[in-house]
Amino acid sequence: MKRVLMICAIITVLTTVGIVWVLFSESYTFFQHVSIIDFLTDTEWSPLSTNKHFGIMPLLSGTLLITVISMCIAAPMGITIAMYLSEYAPKKFRYYIKPILEILAAVPTVVYGFFALTVVTPFLQNYIPNLAGFNALSAGLVMGIMIIPMISSLSEDALYAVPKSLREGAYGMGSTRLQTTFRVILPAASSGIIVSLILAFARAVGETMIVTVAAGNMANLTADPRETVATITAFIVNMSSGDVQQDSIEYQTIFAAGVTLFVFTFILNSVSFYIKKRFQEKYD
Amino acid sequence: MEKLSIKDKKLEAINLNVYYGEKKVLKDVNIAIKANTVTAFIGPSGCGKSTFLRTFNRMNDYVEGFRKEGDIIIDGKDIYQKMVRVEDLRKKVGMVFQKPNPFPKSIFENVAYGLKIQGINNKQLIEDTVEKSLKQSALWEEVKDDLKKSALSLSGGQQQRLCIARALALEPSILLMDEPASALDPISTSKIEDLIWELKEKYTIVIVTHNMQQAGRISDNTAFFYMGDLVEYDETKKIFTNPEKERTQNYITGRFG
Amino acid sequence: MTNADKNRIKDKMFEYFGIACTLFAIAMLVVFLGDILMTGIKKIDFNFLTSYPSSRPKRAGIYPAWTGTLWILSLTAIIAIPIGIAAGIYFEEYAKKSKMASFLEINLANLAGVPSIIYGLLGLQIFVRTLNFGTSILAGACTLALLILPIIIVSTREALKAVPDSIRQASYGMGANTWQTIWHQVLPASTGGIITGIILAISRAIGETAPLIVIGAAAYITKIPDSPMSDFTVLPMQIYSWIGMPDKDFAESAAGGIIVLLFITFLLNGIAVFLRNRWQKKVKW
Repeated sequence: MKRVLMICAIITVLTTVGIVWVLFSESYTFFQHVSIIDFLTDTEWSPLSTNKHFGIMPLLSGTLLITVISMCIAAPMGITIAMYLSEYAPKKFRYYIKPILEILAAVPTVVYGFFALTVVTPFLQNYIPNLAGFNALSAGLVMGIMIIPMISSLSEDALYAVPKSLREGAYGMGSTRLQTTFRVILPAASSGIIVSLILAFARAVGETMIVTVAAGNMANLTADPRETVATITAFIVNMSSGDVQQDSIEYQTIFAAGVTLFVFTFILNSVSFYIKKRFQEKYD
Repeated sequence: MEKLSIKDKKLEAINLNVYYGEKKVLKDVNIAIKANTVTAFIGPSGCGKSTFLRTFNRMNDYVEGFRKEGDIIIDGKDIYQKMVRVEDLRKKVGMVFQKPNPFPKSIFENVAYGLKIQGINNKQLIEDTVEKSLKQSALWEEVKDDLKKSALSLSGGQQQRLCIARALALEPSILLMDEPASALDPISTSKIEDLIWELKEKYTIVIVTHNMQQAGRISDNTAFFYMGDLVEYDETKKIFTNPEKERTQNYITGRFG
Repeated sequence: MTNADKNRIKDKMFEYFGIACTLFAIAMLVVFLGDILMTGIKKIDFNFLTSYPSSRPKRAGIYPAWTGTLWILSLTAIIAIPIGIAAGIYFEEYAKKSKMASFLEINLANLAGVPSIIYGLLGLQIFVRTLNFGTSILAGACTLALLILPIIIVSTREALKAVPDSIRQASYGMGANTWQTIWHQVLPASTGGIITGIILAISRAIGETAPLIVIGAAAYITKIPDSPMSDFTVLPMQIYSWIGMPDKDFAESAAGGIIVLLFITFLLNGIAVFLRNRWQKKVKW
């Protein structure tokens, strides 16, 4: 019986092997035709035009632009909500609010995309001149909202894990909740909170549907959130839903983009895993 | 303490040393326990008495870093030999734990569990065994009207007697009890103590306790452990009134521990 | 004003700020659910549920989409649930502290963080192409199964972890071996948690669009699936393709589809939460 169970567990390893194999083998072929230097430094991405460029920078900038916008919303709000729920809120409030926040996390991302495109963009267009129909800002804002529950939930767990004795020490000296929270609890839970931020960042980087629907698919190296951009994920989706010949260079670009994404999120996840392992020992 | 002939030794430890990783927790323990006696292991916390108890049913096998030198002999056989199946050993050597740990199932299913894992299917046999075991552990009268009730709904003392019944259902010859009454109230405790005294007729019982009065009340022989050493092992009466070692004397009179 | 007064004011202000942030998040939820309801509710009728997509928004329906969703979810569940639970049992009850175990753990943690679209690429190369399943439900189900496997494994482990060790000790003490202990005691005691995890994993799978697009789920399907090898579409894909249509009336169709999708998603999540609460109340160690 143990053997059967072990085989099932090994499937997880096979999955990773499969992912690595698929991504790297197709990318290898890609990089036979396109030099890595060009890939990393060319500022234009136009694999389908006659004058082909394969610079990943525009896709990277699109991804990062939207991710940064989303983190600007989600990080402060998520952490604040976590602090409020953990240190301030009455039990009943917490009991009802937490499930509602979980609902935010359960909504399929294509739905968020719809909302960004049909509600947020028109709304913002009233206030921001030159806001394109497909733009990075709406996608970023909505993605931020989607990520809030992830940050607030993980951060709250981190805050909750701080031993009661630390709180009692601070309160016993006459600190307010604010002082205790900011000066004692937050630092003590910092590793957990940082982990939640890294994981949220990685999630945002890998997110596909919101950006595909609302941010467009125009590879555009820019820092202006009002413009249309393309993220790595949007590119992959759009390219694979079109008619692309297998074994063509265009087909391989999907995997080159994919491997970039994978490496990026892999690094982020590994860093957060390392931080968690290293700093969790403190309270055991 | 009288020297036992080979055939009288029910349980025996010979030159036993036990290590958890680098730390030595039992040093050169030598002891021979006679059948149908109640032996109490006493000593301050952390002196190794629970660890020693668990060498007799190899529950220490699950502890990381566990290592032993020396032998544990039960009924003339070395139980740590490769060919010994641990599952069979534990049918012969039952254990009752400090905190009652009934399964989250019905009273009946708790007691029947041991038979189930042996593959016994005979419904009548199982029912008879359950009844017999519950009677032996003095719980039958209190639960016989509703054996389907959840075991978790019983009081602490009843749960512990259920755990005893559960162990007895396998018809072991040896019963190891690790502070069986320490989590219970005084009335339950005395019920358990009466029970142990009765069970002595059919079983060999080894009981770890930090309650010296309890050891004095119910055991025939007592072994005093201190910091991994077996300091003294003798008839209970002697240990408590006229021990040979000074350290024993100090512990008994409450000078430490 | 003393320092203490200032501190109290700051404290109160932060409290209000905290409440404001929380309410903002919830308000956003209300706003966007409300908008979707208003846009799409008029579309929900029997016709909508039983029609095929069409170039005319008035006629377009989600029949192939929700049947496709059902097909693919069932198949995904059949594949992922046994493997996920088995792997979870292995991780939690058998493989402890060995070198292999840490390696498997790190690997699992990584898989959980891989973006879902990458699973799509994996599925494209392996299931669609190499194994020749084509752009079929089977390929989609295998891909989604791999995607939700880490979720099922993690929640199975959590459920197993919650069973106190004293139960295992009692079982071993009576001569049961590891598998007997798991099968008779640990698994029954953790069923609630495992089921909750499965439901949450399924509800996640329902909303996945990107990996299926990459695999080649069709946007415009004219028949409902009749075998695991059929071409297919799913609800989120249908919604996505309607969003992309230039005709503004399709926005209503999209909203209608979203309402159905959200209904199913929330229903599943609600059941999971309900089960979780019930199970936690029942087993008080």
